Amino acid sequence: MATEVHPSAHHDAHSHEMLAHHFDNMEQQREASALGMWVFLVTEIMFFGGLFLAYTLYRGKYPEAFEIASNHLDWRLGGFNTVVLIVSSLTMALAVWSAQVGKTARTQLLFLGLTALLGATFLGVKAYEYHEKYVDRLIPIRGFFRWGSELPANVSEDKVQMFYFIYFSMTGLHALHMVIGLGLIAYIMYWAWRGRFTPEYHGPVEIFGLYWHFVDIVWIFLFPLLYLLGAHYGGAHH
Amino acid sequence: MSEHIVSRKIYFNVFGALMVLTVLTVVAANFDFGRMNDVIAMAIAVTKATLVVLFFMHVRYSSRLTWVVVVSGFFWLAIMFLFTLSDYVTRKESIILSR
Repeated sequence: MATEVHPSAHHDAHSHEMLAHHFDNMEQQREASALGMWVFLVTEIMFFGGLFLAYTLYRGKYPEAFEIASNHLDWRLGGFNTVVLIVSSLTMALAVWSAQVGKTARTQLLFLGLTALLGATFLGVKAYEYHEKYVDRLIPIRGFFRWGSELPANVSEDKVQMFYFIYFSMTGLHALHMVIGLGLIAYIMYWAWRGRFTPEYHGPVEIFGLYWHFVDIVWIFLFPLLYLLGAHYGGAHH
Repeated sequence: MSEHIVSRKIYFNVFGALMVLTVLTVVAANFDFGRMNDVIAMAIAVTKATLVVLFFMHVRYSSRLTWVVVVSGFFWLAIMFLFTLSDYVTRKESIILSR
């Protein structure tokens, strides 16, 4: 296999070194990879969809318990993380853009690095929140979970616990996606640093971007559903 | 068919819209609209998600085939919700929507 590519061959879509033999040209290859990523994201929609459905059913069953439990979450931290993720989606979009228009590896790394930094910030805030819940004994484990304050007569502790079970399942699965995302972005950054991504070849940056934006979308729904319930009761968090 | 490159201006506009909608959803949650609180929150979330899918994820500029895959994903999600909920809400002793 030839390791040296003649400079004039570089702009010929039919002989790019990154073109897999089963594609006609770079454009077809790029489109196929984006389409493949979307097929994967459809399975992700169903994966998270099951949890959103569980949320809907239990919320319908225990509306007061969910409002009381939700009020204990700090919407300011959830809101801060929402902003962090939206900014990270912007920097991610700009990372893809910088590869598309042929900006230097340095510029690509700047946007990818900012995205990674914001992702890590999100996880840091999330870890702080989880620790708070641990201190407040709100991790829904049998024998550990304890709701400290008084509850109305029709709201039992296990109904409140159900909210926390769903809260940890959904935010935990989301956080796991963020952790995997940080691993993937390190890989993308390595190849950006090596100067791999050009206007002809940037499929990996683009499909990683699709993944990152998808994880952002999940949070866009989680934030109001988990943090903002019953905020109109005065938002009394302790 | 060559790749459509979305301009930075569009990205910044979408970003601005997402931030405004985030503030809006927090503000709306602090008013008691009864059942409408959920409707408002979900309408805002769906709008935000649509903006992300169309512009940040480039679907607005993608091939028909990509459109079909994306729409089918949300279509199957809708089937899962509609069929499940139609069961829960029509049972004699409904376990949902009863307090």
